[in-house]
Amino acid sequence: MADSQFAVEKTYEEINARIKAGEAVVVTAEEMVIIVKENGPVEAAKKVDVVTTGTFSPMCSSGAIINFGHTNPTIKASRVWLNDVMAYAGLAAVDIYLGAAEVVEDDPLNKVFPGGFKYGGGHVIEDLVAGKKVQLRAIGYGTDCYPATEAEKEITLADLPYALLVNPRNCYQNYNCAINLSDKTIYTYMGTLRPNGRNANFCSAGELSPLLNDPLYKTIGLGSRIFLGGGVGYVTWQGTQHNPDAPRLDNGSPRKPSGTLMLQGDLKGMSPHWLKGISMQGYGTTMAVGVGIPIPILNEEMAAYTGMSNEDLVTQVVDYSFDYSHGVSRNFGEVTYAQLQAGEIEVNGQKVQTSPLSSVVKARQIAEILKQWIEDGDFLIEKPVTTLPGPKE
Amino acid sequence: MSSKIYVLHFPKETGDQPIISQLVKKFDIDFNILKATIFPGNDGLMVIELNGHKKNVKNGLSYLRDCGVTIKSISTIIRRDDDKCFQCGACTGSCPTGALYIKRPSMEVIYDPDKCTGCGLCVNVCPVHAMDVARNLTLNSLE
Repeated sequence: MADSQFAVEKTYEEINARIKAGEAVVVTAEEMVIIVKENGPVEAAKKVDVVTTGTFSPMCSSGAIINFGHTNPTIKASRVWLNDVMAYAGLAAVDIYLGAAEVVEDDPLNKVFPGGFKYGGGHVIEDLVAGKKVQLRAIGYGTDCYPATEAEKEITLADLPYALLVNPRNCYQNYNCAINLSDKTIYTYMGTLRPNGRNANFCSAGELSPLLNDPLYKTIGLGSRIFLGGGVGYVTWQGTQHNPDAPRLDNGSPRKPSGTLMLQGDLKGMSPHWLKGISMQGYGTTMAVGVGIPIPILNEEMAAYTGMSNEDLVTQVVDYSFDYSHGVSRNFGEVTYAQLQAGEIEVNGQKVQTSPLSSVVKARQIAEILKQWIEDGDFLIEKPVTTLPGPKE
Repeated sequence: MSSKIYVLHFPKETGDQPIISQLVKKFDIDFNILKATIFPGNDGLMVIELNGHKKNVKNGLSYLRDCGVTIKSISTIIRRDDDKCFQCGACTGSCPTGALYIKRPSMEVIYDPDKCTGCGLCVNVCPVHAMDVARNLTLNSLE
């Protein structure tokens, strides 16, 4: 084997052997920032085997594939509602996909603006994982093999033959900091934005965020085992809108929204603490998803990536009153996550208060839980079957 | 000095009497009326901030009680459901008084009822409806 480019080299097998033996050194991404600062990446890579990350925030592209079991007489369900929230039923007879952003039927939506959007697919999923009964209603057109044209039953997660959380886009690697430069309040998926740039909302766990700790997708890939919604899940593909070619800093981290992940996991192992139905005033419903991804410290490069702090990570300030909605690629400055978390940034020479939509408190808890799972020896680090598309050379 | 926000409920018999002005005249208390409503039954509701020497505020409050006014602290009618709250911080951008704020560097989201004026702006902004402000501070909230 040719001389390695790294001073420290560890394999997945070595790290997993240490986890099984209860000898692995596991730290959270916040702890790793301090370790790398004090020891440098080479020493940190010698010391630390795994860094755990976490994030807990609204992730609209989430949902569940559910098989609700055959009825008697059987039905080829063509339209299905769970607690009056419509699920996509254009699959086999009793398979459906329930999306987090689907709003309950008869919701007034934005007719009286801004709408409240009290209940939707994300809330149904939260109710299911909380063990609550959910009313299922289905209609079909009737066939010889599936004669029923309607069916109604109460379901619980425990009774469902199959329920899989399938999130086509989670864990956005970085996200815009949103402001509103118009003269009236706007209601967005980035929250309520007061006029004339009076507040700014951002949505990333910063130094705790999974993909900001592996900016070039060297360890997070197809098959990575993760914390998902309180249970175990997997990275199953890059997410929709995955954009590895976003502009990056010299440290590899993206300056704009870039990578995304598709995640899946058994809903039956999840908890309402880590999957929460969300209502964004004037926008719609969605779901807050808790995700934690372990990052094996294979070499000093991974130590350096996971050692990046909020001072090293940036995003752009984007106007959501016109620019975002009209595809104007313009920003009002680049700010660090340290500035955003400190509560104030400067936009056009004016001081602006910042508020997070992503819970750092919960992100930290997820990183701690994942650390515990690994320290307990029953959560191993999976080597990706294949890595995610990275930036063009 | 004492400075605190109170919720006052005026029984219908007091609807036509100048009561609050007496707080200035008799007790040297500064006040700031944040919300005032008279209901169809002639009873009234007021959210008011009182500033003055502790002793004066105490005497003023007992004067109000003698007039039949029911006094509650705002924290008894506004609360945060900590099971629902997931500590995101979305509310902190809308709270005009800093009653909802982020403690740094832990990034915990804190609710301080002493600073809350009951404006209710947080209610619809909260993505999980964790802020429970009795609807428009109606009479039901006092019962």
